[in-house]
Amino acid sequence: MARMKFLCDAERCIECNACVTACKNEHEVPWGINRRRLVTLNDGKPGERSISMACMHCNDPPCAAVCPVDCFLQTADGVVLHSKDLCIGCGYCFYACPFGAPQFPRTTDFGSRGKMDKCTFCAGGPEADNSVEEYQKYGSNRLAEGKLPLCAEMCSTRALMGGDGAVLADIYQERSLRRGYGSGAPGWSTAYGRNDRGSPFAPGGPGTGGA
Amino acid sequence: MRPTMRPLHALLLLIALLAVQSLAAPTFAQAQLYQAPGPNSPTTKEQVPLYVPQDDKLIGRVSIPDEKLAVLVQPEGREWREWRSHTLRLAIGGLAIGMTAVLTIFFLYRGTIRIHGGKAGRLVLRFNGLDRFAHWTTAVSFLTMALTGVILTFGRTLLIPLIGHQAFTPLAEYSKSIHNFVSVPFVVGLLMIVALWMRDNIPEKSDWQWVKTGGGLFSKAGGHHPEAGRFNAGQKGVFWGIVLGGIGMAVTGYLLMVPFAFTGIGGMQIMHVIHGLLAAVLIAVVIGHIYIGTIGMEGAFDAMGSGDVDEAWAIEHHRRWYEEQLRKGYVEGRHPAE
Repeated sequence: MARMKFLCDAERCIECNACVTACKNEHEVPWGINRRRLVTLNDGKPGERSISMACMHCNDPPCAAVCPVDCFLQTADGVVLHSKDLCIGCGYCFYACPFGAPQFPRTTDFGSRGKMDKCTFCAGGPEADNSVEEYQKYGSNRLAEGKLPLCAEMCSTRALMGGDGAVLADIYQERSLRRGYGSGAPGWSTAYGRNDRGSPFAPGGPGTGGA
Repeated sequence: MRPTMRPLHALLLLIALLAVQSLAAPTFAQAQLYQAPGPNSPTTKEQVPLYVPQDDKLIGRVSIPDEKLAVLVQPEGREWREWRSHTLRLAIGGLAIGMTAVLTIFFLYRGTIRIHGGKAGRLVLRFNGLDRFAHWTTAVSFLTMALTGVILTFGRTLLIPLIGHQAFTPLAEYSKSIHNFVSVPFVVGLLMIVALWMRDNIPEKSDWQWVKTGGGLFSKAGGHHPEAGRFNAGQKGVFWGIVLGGIGMAVTGYLLMVPFAFTGIGGMQIMHVIHGLLAAVLIAVVIGHIYIGTIGMEGAFDAMGSGDVDEAWAIEHHRRWYEEQLRKGYVEGRHPAE
């Protein structure tokens, strides 16, 4: 079974924002919600790098560990999904997430922020695959159609890759060897470095921090 | 001679130039197409790093309006997760259970503290309607927020296995809303308490005597009881604990309610830790307060129940205050002139 991951090759990313736009369009993401974003490090200085960042679908997801209503689940592919029916919009996942992935439709509404929204790895939610309810809550489910995340498919320089982590690592290492340099896979040590068993964790099990 | 030397010079110059160029050219041409392999370039695929240790915060620049997303990696979330998953539960649960255990042992040792010599039957006005309104407004809203807060903190471990996810989500959602909205009457009650009782809660010299003798808590019935005014040192401690702790909880709570209005994510994590620690302390203090106001001491509940206490209780526990009330004529059946 594949272990789905994202890998953004910072040496290739040209900050074109195609991944961001593709994501917004594919899932009809509302205004103000940023499932994917581009962050430029050392902007205008030597060593400038742009990195496309979204939910990294961690091995041991902090969001799932701190959620008071236990609304997260991890699929057999390692994709971290959540149930908007169970989410109470408390914002704890945003406190814990190292990547700032969880998004809320409202921010200053006397403690009510609406249901959390985040990258689904184009895998929808807990609802039936490609159902109307699933699309309305989480956007399209490309994974169920045998397709990979659109952000990565759309990337013009093949900087952003999404798919089986082992394959992505192989491509990235071969590519870096050929060109002679590589600054590592951004976020991988944080998302998968600890406890990298390469296998997903059962929801609520010890891997997700349990209860 | 001169004209013949010129071509020779030119030739020598050309050779020199070519020599320089032939040395420089390959590097120059290569640099345009490839990055020159440096001393650190990987020679095998395995040498290409994948996992680069990331222990510091990584902040860049974003071109979207949501500037807080410029933070690429915030490792502090890991500490907050540890706090939320373990430390917070240990603090709240540990202090509450610890306090209950101490009180149970104390109750077994001391039992209900009786009024020495029995009730006098005459009543003294202790708290008027406004006093009691302020107290119960604060008390009911505090208990509501403590209960809803505990549901959100412990519900996943204790309630989801019992009632299931589908039933727990509405419970948690209502708990969150109630927790947020009940904070308003809590703050109103708190401010009333400050206005009504702060004057009588200023620490004074005689409080030291009360602290030294443990408030007479450990002297068996009939033993010496330190003199006190309207409030003894223990009550003053509860007062300042509730007032200062309550203000701290209100400030941190309201800041958490308007996310990113005043602080970033780091500030909110700290606010949450302060809020949780204060909650743990206050819940334990309030458990002690409820104990001594109900089963712990005979005649104490009347003060906040009907507002009138028995004369014997007043003389025993707050002699100085009783004498004052007597002068003012607040003791039933006795007149200051008598």
